[in-house]
Amino acid sequence: MSAPLTSLDRPNSYIGRSVPRPNAKRLLAGRGRYVSDLRLPRMLHAAFLRSPHAHAKIVSIDTEQARALEGVHLVAIGADLAKVCTPWTGTLDHFKGMTSAPQLPLPLDRVVWAGQAVVAVVAESRAIAEDALELIEIDYEDLPVVVDIDGAREAGGPLVNPGSANNTCFRSQLDSGTVDDAFAHAAHVVEEEFSFGRHTAVTLEPRAIVADYDPSAGMLTVHHATQTPYQFQDLYSRHYGIPEARVRVIATDIGGSFGMKLHVYHEDMAVVGLSILLGHPVKYVADRIESFVSDIHARDHRVHARMALDAKGEILAMDVLDLTAIGAFSTYPRTSVVEGNQVIRLIGAPYRFKNYRATLEVIFQNKVQTSQYRAVGHPIACAVTERLVDMAAAKVGLDPFAMRAKNVIADDAYPQTSPTGYRFEALSHQACLKRLHEMMDYDRLRAEQADLRKRGVYRGIGIATFVEITNPGPAFYGVGGARISSQDGAILSLTPSGEVRCLISVTEQGQGTEAIISQIVADQLGLAQEHVKVITGDTEVTPHGGATWACRGAGIGGETALQATRALKRNILEIAALILQEQPSALDIVDGEVVDAGTRNQRMPISEIARIAYFRSDTLPPGTQAQLTVSHHFAPQGYPFAFTNGIQGCSLEVDVETGFIKVLKHFIVEDCGRVINPMLVDEQLRGGIVQGLGAALFEECRYSETGQLVNGSLADYLVPMPMEMPDIVIGHVETPTADTELGAKGVGEAGTAAASACVLNAVNDALAPFDVTINSIPITPAKILKALKRF
Amino acid sequence: MSGFDETLLEEADEIVRVRFVVNGRKVACEVAPRETLVDCLRNELELTGTHAGCEMGACGACLVQLDGRAVHSCLMFAVQADGAKIETIEGLTESGVLADLQAEFHRRNALQCGFCTPGMLVNAHELLSLVAQPSREEIRDALSGNYCRCTGYEAIVDAIDAVAKARSEGGGAT
Repeated sequence: MSAPLTSLDRPNSYIGRSVPRPNAKRLLAGRGRYVSDLRLPRMLHAAFLRSPHAHAKIVSIDTEQARALEGVHLVAIGADLAKVCTPWTGTLDHFKGMTSAPQLPLPLDRVVWAGQAVVAVVAESRAIAEDALELIEIDYEDLPVVVDIDGAREAGGPLVNPGSANNTCFRSQLDSGTVDDAFAHAAHVVEEEFSFGRHTAVTLEPRAIVADYDPSAGMLTVHHATQTPYQFQDLYSRHYGIPEARVRVIATDIGGSFGMKLHVYHEDMAVVGLSILLGHPVKYVADRIESFVSDIHARDHRVHARMALDAKGEILAMDVLDLTAIGAFSTYPRTSVVEGNQVIRLIGAPYRFKNYRATLEVIFQNKVQTSQYRAVGHPIACAVTERLVDMAAAKVGLDPFAMRAKNVIADDAYPQTSPTGYRFEALSHQACLKRLHEMMDYDRLRAEQADLRKRGVYRGIGIATFVEITNPGPAFYGVGGARISSQDGAILSLTPSGEVRCLISVTEQGQGTEAIISQIVADQLGLAQEHVKVITGDTEVTPHGGATWACRGAGIGGETALQATRALKRNILEIAALILQEQPSALDIVDGEVVDAGTRNQRMPISEIARIAYFRSDTLPPGTQAQLTVSHHFAPQGYPFAFTNGIQGCSLEVDVETGFIKVLKHFIVEDCGRVINPMLVDEQLRGGIVQGLGAALFEECRYSETGQLVNGSLADYLVPMPMEMPDIVIGHVETPTADTELGAKGVGEAGTAAASACVLNAVNDALAPFDVTINSIPITPAKILKALKRF
Repeated sequence: MSGFDETLLEEADEIVRVRFVVNGRKVACEVAPRETLVDCLRNELELTGTHAGCEMGACGACLVQLDGRAVHSCLMFAVQADGAKIETIEGLTESGVLADLQAEFHRRNALQCGFCTPGMLVNAHELLSLVAQPSREEIRDALSGNYCRCTGYEAIVDAIDAVAKARSEGGGAT
């Protein structure tokens, strides 16, 4: 017996279908077009001399020999670029009282982290440029270095920015309910101090840029490995004084980004300036060591948190202090405060309690900037919350599942507002919990754990509930004065041959943007997917929009495509109706054919409508002007964010002799609303989880006492490799958002959001028989052995 | 001009003529002795499918086939490859030897940004030429020098596993 027909059995029904990405074939054949591959006529190459000091005064710079080297076209210091580029400051207006020093492409008189670019050389090859770097002499005078959080907060200690009162970038407090009262009356209180190391994105393709200023046209073209071309169009225009329409940013294939490639980097701004100064295309591709010392890092938090509970284990209150050290500057234009802000707002998010107090302190230090990286703030908020929930469960005597079942916001209790002010439209914690319990075969895992424990094998099971921020509206950045769009745009054309070309502002970094947009367009218009061509990542061609960050590609970009397609379909059917002497409402499109809406009888192919409209408009009724190109924009309204939720589970084994952790299996149940392409959602989840597992177990940017990054290579900085990673079991619950027709929420950060928390809980579960606990990330073998007093 | 370290200039200026058979075609390049094979392939021969990820042999993005074995083209100087037979992702694609692997990677979305993918394919190709039916553990082990930041690896393991099974049932690739 065959299965009953579903909506997916309709012709051209692509929403909800696991179709492969059309653009992936190019990448598989080695035909990717990454910025690092690009070579332009007359192109020159830039290299940067970097500061060996974490904090020093620049006394003098001697570039004479470097300038004289054959093949060198330009040696530029801070003052050279300051003549053409205006400074930037990484603050947002809605973070009241936030400070950060103005930044320039290259520093004028002081370096503030080890690895900061100080001098730029442009030469005929990268090798010659690097040769020239060796001929530059810089005389530095050491200044006191601020390295750790405590040192930075010490009154009277050294300052990252001499002249400022202290090293505080921003302070903020949330207070709702009666927290002190709740703690005073609590039956149980659990409390812990957590620390989270710095880690970084380690995209396999490092940052890459080719800036090409044509003085004869007054036109700047920048090929830039970025997620957000429109943001950079705006920034290059404003800081270099070039009219916006004469700045073109092209971002084709990008070798990984994860939030790292949307910040302003000093070298990138410098390369644009160098091209303007020279009138040549200038290319810069960071090498791996440069990436480690100059890409943004993320996390670096120390969180003190406590939770109050009643005798039955219901959460009454939470009280949190988050200290986060962000480096010497706040990043531009999104700032380095967003992560801490999201930590204090996401803590406790899945749970039903009202009394919440949190303090955030954001602190400068002499290290490279930290900023937004995949799942901004989520892993920290989730680890703090979920570890306290586990500690509370142990205290009350409840199983971790039962503890969460008792405290999560009920699936029928929405809409809800969190104590931190987030408005939740509809989440599904209870359904996800139930599903995960089945998927993990939880009772069997527990029985097996008890059994193995008797034999000296220490397995741990950890779960973590999470809420992910997706589909951000204008209140996220726009309200703070940043020119970062929350709307997206699409331009859709029916070509003369009856195919569709879709220019859209959301961008592709391999997550499948082009695939899902073509699915949505094909589905809504009634075409085969291969007849839809999607074009992304070129500000000269695609309409302005926010592009891809904070999980907005499917939810906002997808809705933009859906609405644009419906508009084009209306226009096509209007022309069809004129030709066929019908009412437009009596017609539909299936498989590229105009059909009778009721009977599905074929009337004419849309290619014929296109042919008539483009080439024989004389045969259409007088006054008809066919609009076979539509331009449409969509900005999210309603809820300020669409929250994705879910729960992860982890089974692992701790070798108590060596401290090594083997993740045996990982599980996730998530609810990202309407799923457009299940395979791509699963792959986002898997990739995200592995990034979270890397953070949980291996990844840490380690600094010496003098502020030197001591593990800036892929041999020293451990990333998850295939051998250490588990298979990942995935389950879905679908609660579409009612704010859009499409109903999709984001999913790119869900995996990363809870993986650390899950591992932290699982490791502590494994170590329970030893009565020791771990409270810092990454959980290295040394930390395990130290906790066990074996090291 | 004064104060130059002349030896530096001489080193930078020295050019060596090297010859390889790349993707079945005889080619000659003029390279500096310090130029790595990956830079030569990408810059001189414009075979940009081979990528440089870490330039220290840790990530596997630069893997090419050299005289039949997968090697890190970032760990070799171009002059060391003089006289060698080299296959890059472009040549392996054209010859069709990877077609089933590429199709399976595509079908399972065993790539996202695609930057690691050519190196992954070169490695997977070698693995399957040495071990007809590797276990999942063996596949993960063989890939342990190939870094992918996007996928989480599972789909890649699945794809290689599926191709191994199909080849053993169907009697070989393509």
